[in-house]
Amino acid sequence: MGQGGNIGDTAQLIGCPVCDELHQLSRPDEGHRALCRCCGTVLITSRDRAGINILALSVAVMVLVIAATIFPFLSIDAAGIANRVSLWDVATSFRSGLLVLVSVATVLLIVLVPLMRTALLVYVIAPLEFDRPPLPRARGAFRTAQALRPWAMTEVFSIGCAVALVKVSDLAHLEFGPAFWMFSVLSLIVVVADRYLCSWSIWTALEEAEPT
Amino acid sequence: MTRAIDAGLVTCTECASVWPRGQGTCGRCGNALQSRHTRSLQRVWAFWLTGLLCYVPANLSPMLVTSTLTGTSANTIVGGAVEIAKHGDIGIAAIVLGASVAIPVAKFLAIAYLAVSVQRGSARSPAARLHLYEAVEFIGRWSMIDVFVVAILSALVQLSVVASIRPGPAALTFALSVIFTMLSARSFDTRLIWDEHNRKT
Repeated sequence: MGQGGNIGDTAQLIGCPVCDELHQLSRPDEGHRALCRCCGTVLITSRDRAGINILALSVAVMVLVIAATIFPFLSIDAAGIANRVSLWDVATSFRSGLLVLVSVATVLLIVLVPLMRTALLVYVIAPLEFDRPPLPRARGAFRTAQALRPWAMTEVFSIGCAVALVKVSDLAHLEFGPAFWMFSVLSLIVVVADRYLCSWSIWTALEEAEPT
Repeated sequence: MTRAIDAGLVTCTECASVWPRGQGTCGRCGNALQSRHTRSLQRVWAFWLTGLLCYVPANLSPMLVTSTLTGTSANTIVGGAVEIAKHGDIGIAAIVLGASVAIPVAKFLAIAYLAVSVQRGSARSPAARLHLYEAVEFIGRWSMIDVFVVAILSALVQLSVVASIRPGPAALTFALSVIFTMLSARSFDTRLIWDEHNRKT
């Protein structure tokens, strides 16, 4: 990025949200990133097909979260007694007293927040991708989606599964259900989708599609 | 090198656009504009202290209550890890200890250091402190692993009299402690690091 010499026109400037350094705005070439010259934060990631990729991955995440919630997740048997649970059973396993709060938090973190975030992203990005005007309140929707980002804990949960498996392995025989594999794929997709998301590009696309 | 604050401008922390100082909301994304988050450090310390207060009982009360044919045992976080290690799974015990003891303690120390460093000054470079902040931000969510493990185990291991696992009260206090430390780290305005650095030079 160039030196922030001319301060007159603020539309031609981009500020680093992390360290407040000003830069002259210049879009990086396709496949490249613009970094802050002061702290190295990624300001812009330029990818031609980012929008359609995020859309595809978001839809995949929604389908997988819903499927993983319904289908059996893990099954266990010991001494002839068996038990199968779905993701929903896992998320709601804290039933006594104040521990219900932990159930509520778990449902939010591994089911509702990831679902809500991907739904919001589709709502914002789909019209942009198909050259339609943005849907009402698209800006608020994208801000909410960005704020939810750290609270969608799909990947964390999948590592939790691995630890739990080892913990019970000497207590009982354990089998993975279809939902378990879906959830493992889901975790990978979430990580990939996050790499495509450049908030600066989406804000610019929103601005160009519907100037304020 | 020009910073927005020195040029009389404000950077939107959401969409990186730049506006004249005094404007209330970003004209591009609608986010509230603040040159520096007011009371950033008060919020950091408030959430930090709440998180720490939750972390103490999380380590003293049982996380898991296991009932088998031979009896009932309640395990704290550290106790559970020791149990796993006795079974020979040193690797998993290390993961559990790392995720629920080493990482939370390191996180409390790192956030406190960052907050003190912008208040009192620090010899470390801003870049080094930003790396520390990014590490805290990245790692914060992974402490929830232990809560999820308890959720999975107590849903799955319900085999009537043979074996059953129930969550203990530490599951709640530990989850709260993780959530409050995440909030504490997110309240920290990283731009303060450079403010402090520029004051000095």
